[in-house]
Amino acid sequence: MSIDATPENLAAERTSAPMLRVERLHKSYPTPQGRVPVLRGVDFTLAAGASLALTGESGSGKSTLLHLVGALDDADSGEIVIDGVAVTRLSETARAAMRRETIGVVFQQFNLIPSLTVGENLGFQARLAGRYNPAWQEELTARLGLATLAARYPEELSGGQQQRVAIGRALAVRPRLLLADEPTGNLDEATGDAVMALALDLVAATGCAFLMATHSERLAARLQRRVRLEAGLLATQ
Amino acid sequence: MRETLWTLAALISHWRRRPGNLATLVLGLAIATALWSGVQALNAQARNSYDAAANAISGGGARTLVASRGGLFDQELFVRLRRAGVTVSPVLEGAVRIGEKNIRIIGVEPLSLPRRSPIADRRTRTDVIEDFFSGPGRGFAAPQTLRRLDLSEGAQPQTERGQQLPPLAALAEAPPGAIIVDIGVAQRLLDRPGKLSRLVIVDEETFDEARLKLIAGDALRLVAPDDDSDLARLTDSFHLNLTAFGFLAFLVGLFIVHAAYGLAFEQRLATLRTLRALGVGPPHLVAAMACEIAVLTLIAGGAGVLGGHAIAQALLPDVVKSLESLYGAQISDRLALDARWWLSGLAMAGAGAALAAASRLTKALRLPALSFARPMAWRGAHHRYLRRQAALAALALVAAAGAFGFGEGLASGFAIIGLALLAAALILPVGLAGALALAERFARRPLTRWFFADGRQEISGLSLALMALLIALATNIGVGGMVEGFRQTFDRWLDARLVAEVYFEAATPADARDIEAWARTQPDIAAILPIWRAKTRIGGWPVDVLGMTPHETYTAHFPLIDATPDVWTALHAQDAVLVSEQLARRLSLAIGETLDIPTSGRDLRARIVGVFPDYGNPKGQLRIDHERLTRYFDDASGVHYSLRVDPGATTRVIANMQQRFGGKITRIVDQAEVKTLSTDIFERTFAVTTALNTLTLIVSGVALFASLLTLSDMRRARIAPVWALGATRRKLAALEMARVMAFAAVAAAFAIPLGLFMTWSLVAIVNVAAFGWRLPFHMFPAQWLVVSCIALCAAFFAALIPVVRLARVSPSELLRVFSNER
Ligand SMILES: Nc1ncnc2c1ncn2[C@@H]1O[C@H](COP(=O)(O)OP(=O)(O)OP(=O)(O)O)[C@@H](O)[C@H]1O
Ligand SMILES: [Mg+2]
Repeated sequence: MSIDATPENLAAERTSAPMLRVERLHKSYPTPQGRVPVLRGVDFTLAAGASLALTGESGSGKSTLLHLVGALDDADSGEIVIDGVAVTRLSETARAAMRRETIGVVFQQFNLIPSLTVGENLGFQARLAGRYNPAWQEELTARLGLATLAARYPEELSGGQQQRVAIGRALAVRPRLLLADEPTGNLDEATGDAVMALALDLVAATGCAFLMATHSERLAARLQRRVRLEAGLLATQ
Repeated sequence: MRETLWTLAALISHWRRRPGNLATLVLGLAIATALWSGVQALNAQARNSYDAAANAISGGGARTLVASRGGLFDQELFVRLRRAGVTVSPVLEGAVRIGEKNIRIIGVEPLSLPRRSPIADRRTRTDVIEDFFSGPGRGFAAPQTLRRLDLSEGAQPQTERGQQLPPLAALAEAPPGAIIVDIGVAQRLLDRPGKLSRLVIVDEETFDEARLKLIAGDALRLVAPDDDSDLARLTDSFHLNLTAFGFLAFLVGLFIVHAAYGLAFEQRLATLRTLRALGVGPPHLVAAMACEIAVLTLIAGGAGVLGGHAIAQALLPDVVKSLESLYGAQISDRLALDARWWLSGLAMAGAGAALAAASRLTKALRLPALSFARPMAWRGAHHRYLRRQAALAALALVAAAGAFGFGEGLASGFAIIGLALLAAALILPVGLAGALALAERFARRPLTRWFFADGRQEISGLSLALMALLIALATNIGVGGMVEGFRQTFDRWLDARLVAEVYFEAATPADARDIEAWARTQPDIAAILPIWRAKTRIGGWPVDVLGMTPHETYTAHFPLIDATPDVWTALHAQDAVLVSEQLARRLSLAIGETLDIPTSGRDLRARIVGVFPDYGNPKGQLRIDHERLTRYFDDASGVHYSLRVDPGATTRVIANMQQRFGGKITRIVDQAEVKTLSTDIFERTFAVTTALNTLTLIVSGVALFASLLTLSDMRRARIAPVWALGATRRKLAALEMARVMAFAAVAAAFAIPLGLFMTWSLVAIVNVAAFGWRLPFHMFPAQWLVVSCIALCAAFFAALIPVVRLARVSPSELLRVFSNER
């Protein structure tokens, strides 16, 4: 942050600054054998409208990083700045607001609400954030091919269908930062590609920053940039 | 606000998918509230009636003056007080019999009554007040009393002694079971000319205690409005018992609520996490959950209070009869409950729901957005759970021991029972886990091993329902044992106490003298034994003093708990007394001590030579020599007698006497009739307890059913892998049933010793404190068997639907378990 942080300067910085900035991020998990470090000083930035693929072996810490960026978990040290706001220093309530209004997350395991219908799930986060827009919702539903499924419950959908609902839910709120954890991990190659194309389309349409974790080099190649997580550090490729 | 509302919507959507779970929750809360508020309704009803009795005359809250020695005093004293300007209003009370019913006659002087009195209020209606004085006068009775007597307004019934009452008029504020008349009329009806039973202080402001002393000396004693009512005091323990059982039922109901809400919480855990991940802050989450509980409370609490009304309505006749026959208390038989009762029922529902949900709310407050669910974490959590249960149980046991060591009386008795129940309930899952672990070790076949291992995972889900079952079973054994023991003791005691063949009450002492003289000439009548009685108060408690003549009837049969060797000779030769068990306990009296008994003259100082059981009598009782009774108590009523008759001649003698003496005998009954009457009182007293017990058992059955039903979805996930590996659905369903039955059997095994402990506590602590008598401790193995069978049946029926559903579940549904695994 600049030394002369006047409001004007801050505003200027905000427009020019990246959407997401991660600095010296450390995270370890306690285990019976002591704390096991997973991230050991991760640095990267992501501009608005840009997309970044995060690859790495299973267990390398991709989900961990995504959860930290998504303000879902606490880091040991380091800084995460989203849209000029240091997430790592926010209160619990402010972080909840950040998740609600700024971030959209597509979880590896979808995390749909089982007692709500597909239609209700799609609009849920947008309603929470007070940003429900029927026209946008309708467009999303149509483009994701969910129109005929709106009255069903998640458990009555196939994996790919659930995945599309999860993507729709994250985008319905028009997030400034979209995070996706293996969004096509549960899908066959063809469906995965179709869903991916759709997601990228929508990302372009909303102009949000997009960070995606994936195993697949093929998918990673479709994003603007890619980085690889190895031994707790990022290696640019 | 917006977030809270949408969160609430997401939470509530859960019930749409699981109406069974919702029904259980609502049902549990409704049942708990119903049982509690039902009992409270009964208590409130009774208290209102006592208050009505106390308030009808004075308008409530007035102090009264009564004879220091008890009994009646001369009207002349009142006249002197009035002349000296002490503003008091006279009252004479007594009982008459009208058409086989006991009716209280209350004589008042309406002109001098306090203004707030409902009777005085009638002063404005001059026609009525003129009626009250002139001509035949008027008698005011509650509409209920008129119904009970089968009379309508304007009727002029006769007492059994042939006195005619003034025309009756309905007055809603009149106490049930009483007729209010002018004091002169009362003196005539009760045959107490020139006598009064109390004076109501009209105006506390101007009342001058010094002047009272000056005129009345210490002939009169001031009584505060609260302890005025012996009735409230005597019936206290009855109501406390009722409250305790109501509370127990409430607790069992709360177990259901706790289990059902806990289950809903577990089922919604993933949703709660997702909500947190989507940006719902903890305060909003908790606010939404609290809203949900509030709505549920309103619905279930409302239904519960209505149910409570129905329960009270159903039990009221028994309560009314038992209070009437035990204490002579008249309770209105129409439920009339005020807003306070409805609100307190709802409040209790809210408190119960909050209690059941509190731990989950705090958990939700700290819920992380990410779950770290690990399959192996179950084991650690399970052991932590068992350790915590054991620790809490130990704590409860220590507290129970503390209550036993340091506590005293009724409250400590109930505390011991409650804590022991709690400790046993808490330790039950630990016992179950131990039994299953042991069984697993000896199991050979893989499916059996899985059965036991899987059963351990079931414990935490079912434990609350099983605890409720355990408590209900133990209560049934405990109370059942107490009641059965009491019944046996009571029967034996009645036989010993009711040796004489015929009992009668003469209309007046003069009539009694006539009958006595005649009886001595009758060859059929071996002996006529006067049982004259006087009233006194010792240590603030009402005590009846009864006379005894030296006779084999007593010396050979009269049951004694403790006595000096020379008890019977001493009783008749010296100033000696037999004391009832209740009185002995209350005043800590022992054989050999002396007791000062206030009489209408000088005190009687008597040596205690025996203690006798006097079950079912809320008042204290003393037995002294008949001659001494007549000497010391000039106000003794000399109208009660018993006759020793050749058993074959009983009917003939009674018929003979009725024909010969007619109205001179107010009441004559044979031994069998007295016994039936007493046993009837006994049965009624415990009818309510038994009904509550049964309800509690039913509630626990519902709890088990509810838990099993809601768990059955989770069970599917556990069973699917075993099914996929080659076990048939039928086999798995059979195993499910076997497991539930085994759990119930363990609960029953726990319940027996616990129930025995409860019986002991009831007999040795609670009854002694509540009623003043101690019963011998009996065991009834047949009863244990019945209760165990009930437990197994309850488990069987509770498991039937879930198990059948499981046996019929389609393979595609089992497969879905795999596709939805998260
Ligand atoms: N709650 C936890 N406690 C302990 N260790 C954890 C926890 N969560 C993750 N880990 C460990 O941290 C490391 C990184 O896990 P993470 O889930 O981030 O990997 P990933 O790159 O997303 O793997 P995958 O590609 O399989 O999804 C793993 O070694 C994992 O075992
Ligand atoms: Mg991952």
